Amino acid sequence: MKIWPIFKKEMRLYFTSPVAWVIMAVFLFIAGYFFYSIFSYYARVSMQSAMNPMGGGGLNVTDGVLRPLFSNFSVILLLMMPLVTMRLFAEERRSGTIELLLTYPIRDGAVLLGKFLAAFALYALMIALTLLYPAIIWYFAPLEWGPILTGYVGLLLMGATFIAVGVFASSLTENQIVAALVSFLILLMFWVVGWSADFADPALGRVLQHLSLTEHNDSFAKGVFETKDIIFYVNFTLVALFLALRSLEARRWKG
Amino acid sequence: MIEVQNLTKHYGPVTAIRDVSFSVAPGEIVGFLGPNGAGKSTTMRILSCFMPASGGTAKVAGYDVFRESLEVRRRIGYLPESVPLYTDLRVAPYLEFVAEAKGVPRGDRKKRVADAMDRCRIADVQNRLIGKLSKGYRQRVGLAQAIVSDPAVLILDEPTIGLDPKQITEIRELIKSLAGDHTVILSTHILPEVSMVCSSVVIINKGAIVAQGPIDSLVEQFFPTARVEVEIAGPPPHAVRDALRLIPGVVAVSDLPSSDGIGRYMVESSRGRDVRGEVFLLAAQKRWDLRELRRMGMTLEEVFLHVVAGEQTAPEETP
Repeated sequence: MKIWPIFKKEMRLYFTSPVAWVIMAVFLFIAGYFFYSIFSYYARVSMQSAMNPMGGGGLNVTDGVLRPLFSNFSVILLLMMPLVTMRLFAEERRSGTIELLLTYPIRDGAVLLGKFLAAFALYALMIALTLLYPAIIWYFAPLEWGPILTGYVGLLLMGATFIAVGVFASSLTENQIVAALVSFLILLMFWVVGWSADFADPALGRVLQHLSLTEHNDSFAKGVFETKDIIFYVNFTLVALFLALRSLEARRWKG
Repeated sequence: MIEVQNLTKHYGPVTAIRDVSFSVAPGEIVGFLGPNGAGKSTTMRILSCFMPASGGTAKVAGYDVFRESLEVRRRIGYLPESVPLYTDLRVAPYLEFVAEAKGVPRGDRKKRVADAMDRCRIADVQNRLIGKLSKGYRQRVGLAQAIVSDPAVLILDEPTIGLDPKQITEIRELIKSLAGDHTVILSTHILPEVSMVCSSVVIINKGAIVAQGPIDSLVEQFFPTARVEVEIAGPPPHAVRDALRLIPGVVAVSDLPSSDGIGRYMVESSRGRDVRGEVFLLAAQKRWDLRELRRMGMTLEEVFLHVVAGEQTAPEETP
């Protein structure tokens, strides 16, 4: 499996073009704004409860800052990851480079994984930069690192599903905007599907809730590794990658 | 080295090529000729394993392009007509990626890349972004990409298109130098190029092969006679024609279009017989005003025009 050359090429393309820099800058700007507003709100609330002799019992940084922060992250990422992944195959099709790439002695699966991992590495780097926020909190207040660790593992798993869906969407078309919209549509559907759970009948509601992409992230943010959540994300990623592989291979079918 | 049998490809209702069969011997350079839209690119895409055929088989280096595609892909260098390159990469890193992707061992990579850049004369732009290069340089980067792994078979779709005359000569020299240890199949519609570079040709028209073989034997096959163009002013044409026919070895005499009232004739004689001397003597003896006497070169171009006669206005689009 020659994944490495593809991975390196994709990373080079992300970083020699402005794509990676712009996306990281925009993400950090928005994420930083959310962190600032959540953290300052939390600071104000804890100040008030400190002055109130009755309250202040239930406050902690994990629930007060990190959980809302992570849930905000998942929304930002849902909007931004399609932009990271849209070019992976669509651009190669548009420019025709796919004709050369697929005539090199590399299996389709390796091409796919190389591209997936490159986008994932960019994502991991982006997420890693936000570790600055817990570090800032830690400067001011005692912090449990356990939930932070699980929270980040959750973000990585969720990001993998976003990227896999994006790779699949990108493999369908030669138009990057269409690719971004398709992956955005799929992700959005699997996000809002949880909302309708409240109105559906209880059995169906549980299924819908289970299908929701962001729902599964919450337990990680609480500091819990739930097997069902891990399995959900891993499965979701694998199914999307499998579909992408099929869509790549469709070209080789006899017509 | 390349064996193609009854290859057929449909795009939906359109048949791009049908029943195409030819073979290329190791070390040979074969020119693949045809008007636009004849199916050259389609055949090359199938040979390079980019897309499957609808019917028939193609083997490259003994491996089937459909069933053993990876083995074939290890042994070919391919340059598509549009020269698709990553515009956001620099030349040297791009070629290193290609070398790695094509399985050139780590230790050889730097040397092979340097060698390919040398041969294609792009070493001076190795640190430039591909997107900023001129068309001629991009074309050569594309060619370097094809030869960087030193493949046994090269499939080049119009390798000299868009180059200036000097670059064209350089690329031709490069391709010629590949003969022997590489088998090359190249498509073009510049006919003189084929005569200069290729040992044999395959001519394809409307998706079917209309002629193939070594250039000389093709010319002989389609034009069995030697031809001389004669321009004589003065005497009535029928008298000239009758006199010319009497020259031994002449098999036919016909009129050529003339604009200024001077009679122009085409004298055909059996191959290997040069009748120019006798025409001159005849004219001198009859005191005719002989204006021009020229042997008509029977070139590949005429073969080509002959076999695809009436098809030069085929639609421009390659499917």
